[in-house]
Parts: sequence; C-alpha cells; structure tokens
Amino acid sequence: MVTPGPLDAARLPPSGLHGLDLAWSRLETVEIDGVARTFHFLDTQTVEGEEFDLTLLCVHGNPSWSYLWRNLLATLPPGVRAIAVDHLDMGFSDRTGTTRNLAQRVDDLVALTDHLGLKGPVVTVAHDWGGPISLGWALRHLRQLTGVVLTNTAVHQPEGAAAPRIIRMTRSRGALRRSTVDTTAFITGAFEMSKPRTPKHIRAGFLAPYETKERREAIQHFVEDIPLEPDHPSAETLNAIAQGLEHLENIPALLLWGSKDPVFSDLYLHDLEDRLPHADVHRWANAGHFVGEDQDVASAVVDWISGLNKTSDAVTHSSQPTRLLERISNPEIAGKVAIAEMGNGGAEITFDELSARIETTAAALHRHGVSPGDRVAIMVPPGIDLAVIAYGCWRLGAIAVLVDGALTPPQMTAAVKSANPKYLIGINRALAASRTLRWPGERISLEPLSEAQNRVLDAEADLTSLSADSTVDEARPLPREADHAAVIFTSGSTGPSKGVVYTHGQIAAQRDIISDLYAITADDSLVAAFAPFALYGPMLGITSAVPDMDVSSPASITATTLADTVVRTNATLVFASPAALMSTIRTEDELSVAHRSALEGVRLLLSAGAPIRVDLFDRAQAIFPNAVAYTPYGMTEVLPVSTISLPEMHEAGSGNGVCVGKPVPGAEVQIRPISGAADFGEIIVRAPHARLAYDRLWHTTHAASQPPGWHATGDVGYLDDHGRLWMGGRLADVVKTTDGLLAPVRIEQIVESLGGVAMAAVVGVGPEDLQQLVVLVELDEPVKKPDLADLALIDSVRTAINSEMSLDIVAVLAIPKLPVDRRHNSKIDRARLREWASAVLSGAPMEKI
Amino acid sequence: MIGKLIVERLLARGDEVTTLQRSPSGLANREGVIEVLGSITNITTVEEAVAGQDGVIHLAAKVDIVGALDEFVAINVEGTTNLISAARASGVSRFVHTSTPSVAHGGASIVGSGADPADPDSTSGHYATTKAMAEKVALAASTPEMPIVAIRPHLVIGPGDTQLVERILDRARSGRLPIVGSGLALIDATWVDNAADALIAALDRAPELGGRALVVSNGEPRTVHELIARITEAAGVEWNPRKVPTKFAIAGGRLVEKIWEITNREDEPPMTGFAAEQFSTAHWFDQRETREALDWTPTVSLEEGWQRLAEHYQ
Repeated sequence: MVTPGPLDAARLPPSGLHGLDLAWSRLETVEIDGVARTFHFLDTQTVEGEEFDLTLLCVHGNPSWSYLWRNLLATLPPGVRAIAVDHLDMGFSDRTGTTRNLAQRVDDLVALTDHLGLKGPVVTVAHDWGGPISLGWALRHLRQLTGVVLTNTAVHQPEGAAAPRIIRMTRSRGALRRSTVDTTAFITGAFEMSKPRTPKHIRAGFLAPYETKERREAIQHFVEDIPLEPDHPSAETLNAIAQGLEHLENIPALLLWGSKDPVFSDLYLHDLEDRLPHADVHRWANAGHFVGEDQDVASAVVDWISGLNKTSDAVTHSSQPTRLLERISNPEIAGKVAIAEMGNGGAEITFDELSARIETTAAALHRHGVSPGDRVAIMVPPGIDLAVIAYGCWRLGAIAVLVDGALTPPQMTAAVKSANPKYLIGINRALAASRTLRWPGERISLEPLSEAQNRVLDAEADLTSLSADSTVDEARPLPREADHAAVIFTSGSTGPSKGVVYTHGQIAAQRDIISDLYAITADDSLVAAFAPFALYGPMLGITSAVPDMDVSSPASITATTLADTVVRTNATLVFASPAALMSTIRTEDELSVAHRSALEGVRLLLSAGAPIRVDLFDRAQAIFPNAVAYTPYGMTEVLPVSTISLPEMHEAGSGNGVCVGKPVPGAEVQIRPISGAADFGEIIVRAPHARLAYDRLWHTTHAASQPPGWHATGDVGYLDDHGRLWMGGRLADVVKTTDGLLAPVRIEQIVESLGGVAMAAVVGVGPEDLQQLVVLVELDEPVKKPDLADLALIDSVRTAINSEMSLDIVAVLAIPKLPVDRRHNSKIDRARLREWASAVLSGAPMEKI
Repeated sequence: MIGKLIVERLLARGDEVTTLQRSPSGLANREGVIEVLGSITNITTVEEAVAGQDGVIHLAAKVDIVGALDEFVAINVEGTTNLISAARASGVSRFVHTSTPSVAHGGASIVGSGADPADPDSTSGHYATTKAMAEKVALAASTPEMPIVAIRPHLVIGPGDTQLVERILDRARSGRLPIVGSGLALIDATWVDNAADALIAALDRAPELGGRALVVSNGEPRTVHELIARITEAAGVEWNPRKVPTKFAIAGGRLVEKIWEITNREDEPPMTGFAAEQFSTAHWFDQRETREALDWTPTVSLEEGWQRLAEHYQ
C-alpha cells in the first residue's frame, strides 16, 4: 500500500460546530487502488461492538459534508446506527490530489463500508449528488438494502428539459474555478437559496472544511463531473444507476423534496417518482435545496424507518368496481333532468344524456392519450361541463385534480404545482393563468380556439373536437374502489393549501352517508349554492340546479338568484355556504310572492363549509319556513364528521366551544388527550369516507394518521354526556396560559355576543405557558386603523369573560378587518394575528396585518 | 406612599416600627412608632435608626430623572452600604432591599421574563445604573446571619403617588403627554398595597430567600395607552393624546436630556430618552416564581385600584 505525499490529510473537525457531536467523528484509512486513503465520517456507534438492527448510510453532495446529517444523527431511535461519510477530497477527509468521478466515488464508498465490515440491514440516505453515489452503492448491496431515502437529487436529465441554469452558468468558462475554488461563492451561494435563510452559525459549520483554495478543489471537480452532455465520461455510470432503479421495485423508498430548489427542481422529483412509483413522497412547498436545513427532514426519516418493518396498512384496498357513477346510469331516472344551470342560457341535461356524455368524454380523453391513473386538473365552474369532465375522468380511471376557484392565484399555482397534473382542462381564463404562471399539465380547452386565442392560451386540444367522435369503447373496465379518484385542496387559511387524495370508494361512501343522513330520495331536487355539492347531486341520482354565481365569491348569491333556482327545479334541498346565506338574508326584501311560495317547498336547508352563528342561522331558516336546517361539521379531509340541526343547536346552549352534533353513522370520533388540557383534546375521526392521504406530503399524512386508519383533525374539542361533539378551535391556536391550555372559540363566542362586535379572535402573546390573552375585535362599525378598543368595550369584555371563566384579558384591540380565508370568508387566521399582536404588544412599530 | 402603608401593616400585626426619613412622616404620634429623621448618607443617623431592630426594609432612593451622578451614587449606593453595615453591626437578622426591574434591562422589550441579574453596564440613566450597583452590593452582602432579599416592584401605582400618577396627570392636563409609538406595548404595574404586602412577605421569608432578587407586579399587563387612560379617567382629567413615532421620541428625549445636562437645569425635562423607551417597549414579567417564593398574591386587582384612585380624586 502506498502512502500518499504531504497533501492535506484527513483530520477531525474543530470543536464548536453547532449541532455536531464530536464523539461521532472518526477517521479510518482504507486502501483504494493500492493507495492509503483516510476518510473522515460520523458514526453513531460510539461503543465498539455495539449491535444495531439497522444502519443508515448517509451520503452528502456538493458543496457539503457529513455535517449535513447532524440533526438526523441526533434524533435516531434506539437500535439504529448512522454512518455519514465525507467523500474523499471533501469535508474533513483526505485531500488526494486526484480527480474523482462518479464511478470512483461509488468505489470509494464501497471500499469504506467493506473496511468497516458494515453488516445487516442498511437504508441509504442521500442529498444532491450524493444521490447517484448512494444508489450506486445500493445497487451493489441489494441483499442488505432495506430502504432508500433521496433528498433533492437526480439520476437523469429528463428529455427535452434544459439542465439547471445555475449549473450551466457555474460550468461556463471562467466562472467555474472562480466560484468553486478561488472563492466560497458556490457554498455560500447554495445557502442563499435556502428558505428561510440558514443562520450564520450553521453556514459556518458547512464552510468549516473549506477554508482554503486547496481544500476546495473537489467542489470544482464535482461540478465538472455532472454529465450534462451525452458523451461525458460519467454519463454511462449515471445512466446505469438510473436504469438500475428498476431493481428497487421491492425496496421501500422515500423521496423528500424542497420544491424551491433552483437546481434540483420538481422536474427531477417527478423523474424519480416515475422510476420509483412505489415511493413515499414528501414535497415541501417552501423549502429550498438544503431541505434538511429548511424543514424537519430528520423526523421524517426517523418516522419512516420506524415504520419499515410494520405491515400497518390499515386501509383495506377494495378491488370492487367503483360505485361512484352507478346512480347516474340508473334507467329508471333516464329522462329526469340531472343538472340545470341558471347561467349559461339555462342549459340542462338529463341523466341519460349525461350518462352518454360521460362515456364519450372518457373515450375521447383516452384517445387523446389520457390513461387510467393520469392526473387531470379540471378548472371549470360548477355546472354541466364540470360534471361531464369530472365523471368522464372517473369513468376512465383518471384522477380529477379539482382546483378550487376560491383559492388565491398564488395558492392555485402552489396547488397545481404540487399535484403536477399531466393535463389541465379549463375555461379560457384558467388556461391563460396556466400558461402565464407556468403551471404543469398539457392544456385542453373546452371549445375550439381561434388561432389568435391559441397564440395566447397555447392549448394542445379542445374537448369539443375530441368528443365529436362519439364512438365509445364498450369494453372499458370500471376503475376499482381503491383507485385514486380526486385530489382536492384544503383552504390554506394557515400555510400552503394541501392536496388531499380520495379514492373512488371514499367518495362513494361520502355520497351514501349524505344520502342516508338527510334521507334523500328520488323525489328530492337539490340547489347547490355551495360549489363542491354541485358534483354530488347527479351522483345522488337527483336533479341539481346551480345558481348563477361567481364561485370565487360565495357572497355573489342573492336571495333572488337563490329563489329563482329553487323555482326552476321545484327544489326540496338547498345546500349553501354561510356566506351565501348571509348574503341571502341581506337581500331577502327582493323576494317576490312566487319566490316565497317556492321556498315553502324546501324541506331541508344545509349550511356547509364553515361554522354558522345560531342567530344568523335562525334568520336564514326563516326564509325557508318549512325547512329543517342542518349544518355538518367536517373538513376537506373528512366531511361530514357530525351534523346538527338548528333546534339541536338551541337545545345545546353554550359550552366550551360550538356544539357540532353527534357523529354521523359510520364515523367514529375520539378525543385524544393533550398534555396540559383538562377538559378538551384533539378530535380524531375514523370513517369510510375519510381521505386517503395528503398529496406528496408523506410525513404530514403520517403525523395526521395516528393511530393508523384515523384522521387527526387538528381541531380541539370534547364529547359531552349526550354523545355530542363540541369544537373549541384549532389545536395550533390553543393558548398556553399559566392556568393551563385554553381553546379560543368559547371566549370568542362570549365576545361576539356583546353589542357592537361583528367578529372576535383570541390569541396568546408571550412565552409558552405564560401566554397572555389578547382579544382582537372587528366592530359592526369598523375602525380605520388598529388601536386599543374603547375603555367601555374593554370593560365589558373583561366583565363578560371574568364572570364565566375568571381569566384576565390583557388587551382588547379593535382591528379594521380580521383576516379570514378566501374560500369560506370565515376561518380566522389566528396565527397571523398572533404574530402581529405579539409584535405590536411588545412595542414594535405597527405593521400591516 | 409605600412606606406609610408598610408601617400601617406592621403595626396592625403588632410589630414595633422605627422609621428613618428626611422629613416627618406624620406617623410619629402612632403607638409603636419611633421616628428618626435624617439621611441614609449619614452613618450616625443610620446607626441610630437600626439599633436594636430585628429587620430592615430599605425603601430609600433617589429616583429623579435629572441630577448629578454623584448624588445618585451617594444615596442609592453608599446609602445602601451604610444601611447594610449598620444593620449587620447591630445584629439585624433580615433585610429587604427595594430595587427596580430596570436594574437588569436596557432598552429591549421584556416579555414574560423573570428576575435576571442586575447589570449596571446595560442600564440606562443614573437611577437605574446606581440601583443596579446597589442591588449587586446588597445581594453579595447577604449572609445566613443577615439574609438580604431584593424586591423589584414594577411601576408602583397608588393614590397620592407623586412619582408616576401626578406626573402623568400634570402632563395630561397641560397637553404634554403624547403616546409614543402605538401605545400598545404591554406593561406590568403594581398596585401600591400589593407592593407593600410583597415587601413584608419578603421580610418574613428572608431566611429562605437570602441573596435572591424577585420582580413584583400585579401580574396583569396592560397596554401603556390603557394604563394612562385609566389613571386620567380616575382623576377626571381629560387626555387627548397625539401620537409620536418611537424613534423620534427617543431621539428627542435624548437631545432634551443633553440640553438639561449642559445647561444644568434642575427642573424636570418634558421628555427623556429613557422615558420614551420605557413607554414604547413591553415590560411584563413572569410572576410564578415570585408568588411561590413569597407565598404572596396581589389582593388588589388593577380594576379595584382604578376605583380606589377615582375615590381618591373625588
């Protein structure tokens, strides 16, 4: 064995690097191609001979070192060992004076693990260009490989996609050496991309082994070794690794991704998803390249490996054919109107026509290339077109990505990018947004476009022309109940909107529960003034009428537009959002005698989408004199959880929150204890109509599915002696005072019952467990600027709260308008208010809310 | 204000009380009270006052906004050392030193902190600096034979208070009381009776608490705006404040201080940097430790306090 000359030899990192336990640091000398090479690596086996059930082999990329994995190493569960290697010429390993390419680096890693005698099950964990190296190792150790974790990496440059611009720029003449070796620009630049900015002491940790030019040589070599060109020396190795992934079909895989990475963008995530279709995926909408610095990658990995041995899939996968569309094709209702639109010239369609159009649409989409399992974003307002396209997708087995018209444009962009549909069918406005905002998905318009239009919208096809050929494929099989049917989105009132995946079986179960719960029969007829329900009516086999409304603004409904719709179909059921009902109350005077008489025929009024105040619900119900009023409680992930009638709301009276009624048949509700909360806990639900998973959010799904098969709602509440559920607010909005935990809704209700207060929010300011209660009010006569409320109002708030719960309210601030979500116009963003109030009440200048 | 309340309480429970202050307290005729007149800067007077006492509650301080550093040092620091050494010499077995939360904080906002160590280097203004020095000296002098406890009441308010209440009212009347910043910084206040109770509790529990400093407040933080509004409302004074940006107020206050210093003016300046800072940053404290250590809770809520203040001004 040759000992190399006096180049910079491997050494231990200096002390004081934030988060790095020096007890992990090891140096080992290995003979590679006849030369002694010393690696620095971190190893959590600190006692010689200690046995482990599993080893994580952690492989960093460029420019980085094993420091990248410090948080993971610090959070390992018992029985798990982690080895995080510094590549030769990187981190604190030897500076060899050689140029090491991908194949060499795989060999280096194999040599080290051979030398260490690494035995037993191994999960590889890698980042950046550590990905291909780790996979190269994995493919040579299939027998001990029990899992693969990849974070922001790539194994292949997808066809037709340009190489990342930053890498091309770095590689351009002159820039390469200057940025990688002559300066630390490549390293510091990589951190400039992190979101939020990585703190200085952490950046110092990453820079520690790269102090001098000599120590940075390999950063340039790494960049040069990226095979951007097909004849690159490492291209063949990389291709072999990429193709080798087909051997991992039985190896569990986890892809963790920061989607704001300008180098390893979503493109590479989707390439890996195609190669590892069984992989669990978590994509953080707001994380950057160093995803582990921006998000809790360590916990995700730990939770994932902890589930590796369990066969815990609590969801039973039914292979029965889907029942979603069965009622639509029922011959007994063939001639009945399925959908009547109030806008769009009053168009309507009967059930047999609808049934036929579903078949032709499915066939047309299939001919165009849409396959079962493909995702199709549908951006069409409620009505006949939406139903035909969504049901057509379901008939075919394609997954409908239903992007809500009530999301804000940035939320829509985030939603479409996270769902990554292969196709996007939309009205022209949606296609224009899709093009300008660079949403993924091949565009398909509803109608044929003129050449001028298409220069703007750039659609590949139009649905009308595609469906002109009315041949249908008689043999088309129905999708299975377990197949994915839809991705819908949470309102995103706090944080990015999350995609929620439903199967055919789950949506069918939801339809059946609604049908049973409200005793819907073939004689009923529905007005869907709450957009999501526009798709349920036909599935229930009853006539649905859609009022002429702007979906992005539920308040665009008026008493007249609603009553006109009831008149048109002699409706017996009215499903509306609280905002639509408020607007109906405001415009009630416009109703004619004919309207009034039609409204007498309504037997059931459902307020859905957000909580409704009892007094307002009373007023809304009075407009429908013969209707029983109900409101369900639930969320995007499971709806309904429970339901309550207006008389029951009166009977329940006041308690710690809002009474939302008894759980619906089939739904089990439990209260999970929260440490520090005496009289409430987190509401968890198990139901056949609950969501399958969050979309590309494996860790979120995992965290919200404990115990397995349940959905943790993130709401707090309790079950009373009559089995009724009470909801006290969001878990994240619980205030931690010295007197214990406090759910906000009860206090808000007390404040909202005071004269002059339109809406109230309660937040806590100050350190955890010492939070002080602050009440923020929007007044009936709104103030112009946020300020302290009148002393009289402060007194009445304190008196009211004190008499019921003996708590101190440190401040009552009047706010022009409380921030609410756009979809429901009612969910208060307390997190934003908390942040604002904490700043202002500590003396910071007043920022905009 | 507070001294009188303490004397009343001690008498009520049967203690014999000797008072030391510069001018007559009006309590000299009361049974059980011996009055010594003089300054704590005079060691003979101090020795006379502490002779034969079981305990000492030290409330004396120079609290002015203006004045020469020498005077602050003489009264706040040297006065304290005089009192401690005389007390020790005469066999006093417990000593309560009245301090202030400003001994531990510069201009940063305080949001639910405990009692951090006094730090003369981070304080702002002669008063806070010399009080920080005094507290350090006092706590370092605590021994098992004579345990010394430092109590830091925050913003004591009560009827007849000239430090804060009267100043606020004066300025409100003459239209010289603006709101600095948003006026929404949360500030802890201490109703004077509660402060008196806490000081006596500290005296009683000194053997267990020697060497410790505790912040005392009502534990009901309020916005500056509300505090001033409540005080002016109670006194029936109309207050129509302007709002002044924080930075502007602090800079203006510093300038005014400088002018007063250069011109040796002894009247009170309209605004100081310290005051502007105090009234535009949060100052509220974690009272859990204090309440447990002193086995004390406030008996007069702020709401009741405002009523008492209103009665006082009727």
